[in-house]
Amino acid sequence: MSWPIDLVILTFVIFCAIAAISVRDLLGTAILFGAYSFMMCLLWAVMGAVDVAFTEASVGAGVSTVFFVAAVFRTSRRTKD
Amino acid sequence: MPELLDLIVDKYNYWLYIVLMMIGLYAMIGKNNLIKKLVGMNIFQTAIILFYVSIGYKKGATIPIIQGDHGHGAADAVIKAADYINPLPHVLMLTAIVVSVATFGVAMALCVKIYQRYQTLEEDELRMRLSEK
Repeated sequence: MSWPIDLVILTFVIFCAIAAISVRDLLGTAILFGAYSFMMCLLWAVMGAVDVAFTEASVGAGVSTVFFVAAVFRTSRRTKD
Repeated sequence: MPELLDLIVDKYNYWLYIVLMMIGLYAMIGKNNLIKKLVGMNIFQTAIILFYVSIGYKKGATIPIIQGDHGHGAADAVIKAADYINPLPHVLMLTAIVVSVATFGVAMALCVKIYQRYQTLEEDELRMRLSEK
């Protein structure tokens, strides 16, 4: 783990997290949440936890985003906050 | 004082893990939309996973796969634990990721059912509908 890469990815993670909970469109939240998961996966690959990284990439970023988008299309994209 | 500063700068992973955790907690408590609350829950879970993976990390170590011959020669090879990142937190967090996806899927299914019944996902509107009856 070299600290510049680590710090850049951590900053991206926090930006994605704040954006995902503050955007006013649930489809946007879904995409930003997928980006958040991919950044987390990258962070774990950098930190040497490769098994956690590919589980997160397939399960966290892949399946979660599919669930999320499916749920948003079955409900509404509207959100007040 | 410099030692304390070094400690704070050195452990930046832990500080950012606390920031992520608080973002998740805020989303779970402060947000009105049920799906936003779920996103907060997932952010909280990944923050805890980040904490555990940070515990297992060692400076100057490599990924926890024994180098060289994986056959019979590996049994005689000298292995220093300091050369490998601790894999125990990783395997614990592997199950945590699977559990988090399972809870996320069930919660999404519940949200879809709530929407079919009440036509809303906002918490205050749901409370209003429930108190009308």
